[in-house]
Amino acid sequence: MMMNEAAVSLETQVAFKHLNFYYGQFHALKNINLEIYKRHVTAFIGPSGCGKSTLLRVMNRMYDLYPEQRATGELLLDGVDVLDKKIDVNVLRAKVGMVFQKPTPFPMSIYENIAFGVRLHERLSKGEMDDRVEWALRKAALWEETKSKLDQSGMSLSGGQQQRLCIARGIAVKPAILLLDEPTSALDPISTMRIEELIAELKNEFTITIVTHNMQQAARISDYTAYMYMGEMVEFGLTDQVFIKPKRKETEDYITGRFG
Amino acid sequence: MDLQKKRKLINKLALTLSVVAMLFGLFWLVWILFTTLELGVTRMSLDLFTKMTPPPGTEDGGLANAIAGTLILVGLATLLGTPIGVLAGVYLAEYGRRTWLGHATRFINDILLSAPSIVIGLFVYAVYVAQVGNFSAMAGVIALALIVIPVVLSTTENMLKLVPDTQREAAFALGAPKRVVIMQVTLKAAMPGVITGVLLAVARIAGETAPLLFTALSNQFWSLDLNKPMANLPVTIFKFAMSPFKEWQEIAWAGVFLITLGVLGLNIVARVVFRPKHKQ
Repeated sequence: MMMNEAAVSLETQVAFKHLNFYYGQFHALKNINLEIYKRHVTAFIGPSGCGKSTLLRVMNRMYDLYPEQRATGELLLDGVDVLDKKIDVNVLRAKVGMVFQKPTPFPMSIYENIAFGVRLHERLSKGEMDDRVEWALRKAALWEETKSKLDQSGMSLSGGQQQRLCIARGIAVKPAILLLDEPTSALDPISTMRIEELIAELKNEFTITIVTHNMQQAARISDYTAYMYMGEMVEFGLTDQVFIKPKRKETEDYITGRFG
Repeated sequence: MDLQKKRKLINKLALTLSVVAMLFGLFWLVWILFTTLELGVTRMSLDLFTKMTPPPGTEDGGLANAIAGTLILVGLATLLGTPIGVLAGVYLAEYGRRTWLGHATRFINDILLSAPSIVIGLFVYAVYVAQVGNFSAMAGVIALALIVIPVVLSTTENMLKLVPDTQREAAFALGAPKRVVIMQVTLKAAMPGVITGVLLAVARIAGETAPLLFTALSNQFWSLDLNKPMANLPVTIFKFAMSPFKEWQEIAWAGVFLITLGVLGLNIVARVVFRPKHKQ
């Protein structure tokens, strides 16, 4: 995994070391070794069931919710092993924000949707909270549309707006990393474009990992791309390189549509 | 084309059958409501709400003590049963989904849900009334609460199960502890359904007679003492409607009308208040 042109000023945010993951008996991730770089977009592509979503869900220990799921190996976030049992998952999740395939606004106002996460980790005055909500909504390019109706239910927004609300909610906590699990697969092309623009904007401040089934999307928005198949990391590299000159035959087959 | 024709015919047939079935059900319902209204309004006056249940052969008299008694019994039973039902429902949906305790609780609750109310009345009679030595309003409250619990429990559980898991995951992903996820996200999302469940339970116990016959019994006089028998609408209706006295029968119909109106009103209020605000 040596990348000559990329070796300049890359900081590693997350490092997977010999990571294995199991759903009960099913071996879903097989000996994953991977580095995710700070303030870059890393895309995960591969056919359904290849383990790309699972990979994201390891980073915020989402699998903790399900007793039959477990991970082995090491997953270093800023040098600290996330898989360590002693880690406080709630503190971890403040550092690792997640956005899901379907928008998941909470049954509360737009303002409260954003404040909800912030309140879990910080004590802010009313004024500070107002500022934070505005900051997050601006970052998610949602402020102009919602500033006059912050007290309306988050459920009243359109699908694309809901998804941007979820992104705003995630970044309001000021995480280091954002995990985006197919964030545009339930959205129309216009909303998708807006989210993609947003991702390009957000990578200046956050490390972004995105799972997508849309290969053009991966090519458009990511700096690095990982191709996974059957729980294995087949190829990882600069997006241009992976798409234009893949090292592995399997990657080329998948990208060119001959498979998957 | 023949296939299409056949399909259309079957379609029409099924539609006709379902409309007929609907009308059949509605017919009886409207008839019941109409009879209640017709026979109930004759005694509708201020007296009904201010005067006590009369001795036989008296011209005036009302249902004041029975109305107050029913409000107290139903109110206290709901206050007692709702928290238990909601908490147990939260346990089943959020904590005990796949545990043996969860399965056992769900199973027992289903039995309790379909238990004839007279069984519950007799049970409270045996473990409470017989021990204390007299009929009391408290025993009535307990019996009615035992009917409230399984209704509220199963609606709470079902409503929480309808909240998609992604919603839970989204809250967990922000670093929320489980209690916050439940209190502020899932229970909040399920709240309209849970409240509908509570109202259903209220509607159910408002007219329950059998469990009160063995517990709160009835009272000819005004009494708010929870340790004494308490007047209530269902038992009064039961007693008065079976009597040979015309005035008593009229008062019984007035009581029936009141209960029907109360339950109907409660349902309408619930529907208006918890109407979904966003139709999307």
